[in-house]
Amino acid sequence: MTDQPIKFYQTGTFTVGNRLLSPEQRSVQSNMRRTNSLNSGHRACQGCGEALGARYAIDAAMEATERRLIAANATGCLEVFSTPYPETSWQIPWIHSLFGNAAAVGTGIAAALRVRGQTDVRVIAQGGDGGTTDIGFACLSGMFERNDDVLYICYDNGGYMNTGVQRSSATPPAARTSTTMPVGKGTGSAFGMGKFVPAIAMAHEIPYVATATVADLRGLEAKIRRAMEFRGARYVHILVPCPLGWGHASEQTIRIARLARETGLFPEFEAESGNVTGVTRIRRQLPVEEYLRPQHRFAHLFRDPPRADLIAQIQALADRNICRYGLLARQEAER
Amino acid sequence: MLKQVEGSQAVAEAVALCRPEVICAYPISPQTHIVEALGRMVTAGQLAPCEFINVESEFAAMSVAIGASAAGARAYTATASQGLLYMAEAVFNAAGLGLPIVMTIANRAIGAPINIWNDHTDALSQRDCGWIQLFAEDNQEAVDLHIQAFRLGEELSLPVMVCMDGYILTHAFERLELPRQEQVDAYLPRFEPRQVLDPAEPLSIGAMVGPEAFMEVRYLAHAKQQQALELIPAWAEEFHRAFGRETGGLLHLYRADDAETIVVALGSVLGTVKDTVDELRETGLRIGVLGLTCFRPWPHLAVRAALADVRRVVVIEKSLAVGLGGIVSANVRGSYTGHPDHVHAVIAGLGGRPITKRALHGVLRKAAEGELEPLTFLDLNRQAVERVLTREREVRRSGPIAESVLRDLGVSALKIG
Amino acid sequence: MKRKPFAITLDPGSSLANHTGTWRTLRPEYVDNLPPCNDACPAGENIQGWLYLAESGEYEAAWRRLTDDNPLPAVMGRVCYHPCETACNRAKLDSAVGINSVERFLGDEALRLGWKFRAPVESSGKNVLVVGAGPSGLSAAYHLARLGHRVTIREAGPLAGGMMRFGIPKYRMPRNILDAEIARILALGITLLTNARVDNKLEAMRDGSFDAAFLAVGAHVARRAYIPAGSAARVLDAVSVLKGMEGEEPAKLGRRVIVYGGGNTAVDVARTAKRLGATEAIIVYRRTREKMPAHDSEVEEALQEGILIKWLSTIRKANDRSITIEKMTLDEKGQAQPTGEVEELAADSLVLALGQDVDLSLLEGVPGLEVVDGVVKVGADMMTGHAGIFAGGDMVPAERTVTVAVGHGKQAARHIDAWLRGRRHVPASRHELATFERLNTWYYSDAPKSVAPVLDMLRRQSTFEEVVGGLDESTARYEARRCLSCGNCFECDNCYGVCPDNAIVKLGPGQRYQINLDYCKGCGLCEAECPCGAIRMVPEEI
Repeated sequence: MTDQPIKFYQTGTFTVGNRLLSPEQRSVQSNMRRTNSLNSGHRACQGCGEALGARYAIDAAMEATERRLIAANATGCLEVFSTPYPETSWQIPWIHSLFGNAAAVGTGIAAALRVRGQTDVRVIAQGGDGGTTDIGFACLSGMFERNDDVLYICYDNGGYMNTGVQRSSATPPAARTSTTMPVGKGTGSAFGMGKFVPAIAMAHEIPYVATATVADLRGLEAKIRRAMEFRGARYVHILVPCPLGWGHASEQTIRIARLARETGLFPEFEAESGNVTGVTRIRRQLPVEEYLRPQHRFAHLFRDPPRADLIAQIQALADRNICRYGLLARQEAER
Repeated sequence: MLKQVEGSQAVAEAVALCRPEVICAYPISPQTHIVEALGRMVTAGQLAPCEFINVESEFAAMSVAIGASAAGARAYTATASQGLLYMAEAVFNAAGLGLPIVMTIANRAIGAPINIWNDHTDALSQRDCGWIQLFAEDNQEAVDLHIQAFRLGEELSLPVMVCMDGYILTHAFERLELPRQEQVDAYLPRFEPRQVLDPAEPLSIGAMVGPEAFMEVRYLAHAKQQQALELIPAWAEEFHRAFGRETGGLLHLYRADDAETIVVALGSVLGTVKDTVDELRETGLRIGVLGLTCFRPWPHLAVRAALADVRRVVVIEKSLAVGLGGIVSANVRGSYTGHPDHVHAVIAGLGGRPITKRALHGVLRKAAEGELEPLTFLDLNRQAVERVLTREREVRRSGPIAESVLRDLGVSALKIG
Repeated sequence: MKRKPFAITLDPGSSLANHTGTWRTLRPEYVDNLPPCNDACPAGENIQGWLYLAESGEYEAAWRRLTDDNPLPAVMGRVCYHPCETACNRAKLDSAVGINSVERFLGDEALRLGWKFRAPVESSGKNVLVVGAGPSGLSAAYHLARLGHRVTIREAGPLAGGMMRFGIPKYRMPRNILDAEIARILALGITLLTNARVDNKLEAMRDGSFDAAFLAVGAHVARRAYIPAGSAARVLDAVSVLKGMEGEEPAKLGRRVIVYGGGNTAVDVARTAKRLGATEAIIVYRRTREKMPAHDSEVEEALQEGILIKWLSTIRKANDRSITIEKMTLDEKGQAQPTGEVEELAADSLVLALGQDVDLSLLEGVPGLEVVDGVVKVGADMMTGHAGIFAGGDMVPAERTVTVAVGHGKQAARHIDAWLRGRRHVPASRHELATFERLNTWYYSDAPKSVAPVLDMLRRQSTFEEVVGGLDESTARYEARRCLSCGNCFECDNCYGVCPDNAIVKLGPGQRYQINLDYCKGCGLCEAECPCGAIRMVPEEI
């Protein structure tokens, strides 16, 4: 695992920083001179997971590339709340073209840099799950198969949030969205649909694929850093809760992301050339209810009587992830 | 250097002389020979430093070009027809962002029904996107326009479409004069972008502009195209001085000095039109030709001046605005100071239907005699369309129109209904 | 350089014009809440404060912060019953921080490296008399000396230490450690007069021209119960037995020793008896283990050493070579009731450990003093009914531990100091308690408590060597680092990191953080993800 092995009996391992750690061992976010690539004044909702994830990822990338970085952004929440004329929150060279072409724009930028011999400047293409798994999928796959030197970052909040919380192929089963309302016989987004793009990325056998959440800052930074050690197509998929779309309190964002991992619903792993090389194990496993309950988008599962059948199906998905990726330490798994 | 060469190959060599840095290509007939030729040159190392990228769709092609251009590289791509429509969103985007991408359109009809042969519907469907649109009359002009296009686009920070008739020009072998590298280098300096993605000077390109400023942005886009109206003739003039050929510019007139009737057309059909006009002049008809090179920006003043003392205008166009009539003719009518009824739209050559001198003679004579309708479809098989229209009036579910026509012509054995 | 396109392209930093702080309805504030350990410490130590310094290896600074409140850390680390650990929030997570072990480490380290107290620069010109050189008296003397007063201690016994020496056995409190810590206090210029019992308080005050006095004579008089005893029955009291351990000749208790009582003294005597060679040491206590006042860790160690305990038993009669005990039961109110069943236990001696009383003789003739239930009544300012005479420790109403006594000494010193200057000392009001519920415990690594080394059983039973050892340096530091820093920022950078709006400013090491109210949207992530609950969201006033 590329995570830093800090043998430290206190908060060193899990907090952003720690006065007792040497500066090299601390996270990029703890540094007073961090880039703040996405600076204050943006119009994201209170507690926005994507705003946090974007700053985490881009600051880490800036650190890893010695501030030689260009980003292409798809249309979506991140783009809209960060660059409404006349204000931009970005401190880095940044371009927004269309909804579905971030990966292709990234390819173009990388080609231009290569032609000009500026290969020390690295390229990131980024977008939400809508712009990545649906409308941006063709360009993403093209970038992957050509192995273009672009790191694609997907901020996954499970829906088209900017347009009013509509379902995307990343929306988890049973989730309420504006286009999968639990009315009549509806129970939210259907089971048996959806794409897990990290697995698809792995199938392209690109040099590096990783999943992360905003709850695990150090892991996220380590993965971005690791991604920048490779040349070629790379993909990092970050789970970013959306207080508005998921229906949870704004201060719960990080906790919900943590629960996604701890229940097994969101596996955190790394892969190189199509093979899993490392997994972040669940620290203390929890049943999926712990994750579902605080979110209003799953409120219909907990009416009277509760939908135990659907919750069981969701638990089965979590269990499958745990099995497939080996998310529990051996002793726990055997229990 | 004079060469006997296929049009596509010549265009590829012209583009290569312009030192492109990123070429992205998705194949579609009839543009394929252009990008294949460029691909070979890149692979052989003749264009270094240059990246040739095989993209997964035309939408990706234009997007890659956008990224490359925004990062300061000279970017080029080519497409036609369906491909142009597929990248339409990105085409508007490139113009909106002001990126000087050059794109060859090997003009081809748009389906349904699918048709791979030449007409101008594809380029003209994008006439309002903000790109400069130049039409080549022959392959020499195609070569020359590409070189002018890079210069023009980079000077204005606008993308430029160079249109050439698919198959008719792209696949035709002609004797062409191909410039030398030093000539092109002297005419076309290194690309200096107006805005560029550079870690040393960060900026955000592509902000969301709301009601408070959007009108202004669009006005400025229009103003820039107005600016182009000055620059296009200027650079054509400079090209003339540098390369010794008069190509490009906004439009050119042929035997129009004392003309009562002017025929307006774009592209390769001008050759046939000029031959026909020569023959008609022999018969004493005072008839001339206005060949449009620049379709966008629309050269309103130049067209108005050219048609000022003309009694009638016949626009031969390979394009149709379904439900309206002619596209080019509508634009021409807006610049004609005489009575609008004196501008006649002749829809010709759709889907590659050959435009013959005989047909042109027919329609121009009729025009001279004042008997030409406002809207004519040249060489139309009236019986076939009458049969279909009659059947449609009688039978409710009469099947797809195309199939009906083909059946009536005896081409298809399918029975429907 | 060409000009950039209007509106489509923007320069970096322009979003700073948008003050999103106008959005919020809640605002974060940094708080400094009272950690439960500090709250529970009878000596009022800033425990979290000195643990903080120990965490980074600044042991001397940690020791100085500790001794700002308590001058006897090496003693505390051995005899204190650590109510701080009972209150420690970490206990709800895995196990309490070993505060006591770290305190002991700091105390031992100070002795090893010879750290000294800093004497005050200015003298107040006032004289204060301290009666009794036990923990309370020594603590008061220490604090008064540091406040610039000239202190004289009059101790009735031959040595200073009080119960620390004469009540707690060597295997719990090695004497060399005790001597060293006492000496270090006295080195502040305090005068100690031993074998100098005060018989008449007021006289003593006049003779020495003292401006104020602190009484801390403790409770050394063994309480007796009426137990019929045969003429040859050997019945002693625990106080004198333990006191006798300090002299040349320990008491001869014989092979089979019975100890009557349920407090720490009873346990100490039984364990001492074992070490003196008793084959059997039995504690007889009239109720059950849960009701036993002795500290559970002491009982546990005693049982490990082979001491037997006869629960629910009282002593009816002390015979020559045996005692008669009667079985008891607990009624619904938890009171012991006799059953009538009796039993004979062989015994060479019976030691009564039934509690201690205060020797109030020195207080005779002092007007204004009020004695209630055998202890001297004092006000919130530790002053007795007689102006200028203060009291503390076992002789006033309070829980009777060394730590409480030390705490009294500090409190009294402050009040005496104020009184001498003609002012009133008003203790600072207590901040809100830092409860477990306000912590985000996810951020603390899994870290089980360190276990202090313990002497092997054979030696425990036969020698007076210290039973419980100390932690080595790395273990002590590890233990200190288990502290959750409840309620007080320890600069983990979490708030600085989790703000999606970059609205928290990091001011630098040691300077904590500041909220940038221009941009804070009041989402509350900082409060939710603060590990130690040092941030509170308050409603914004509009």
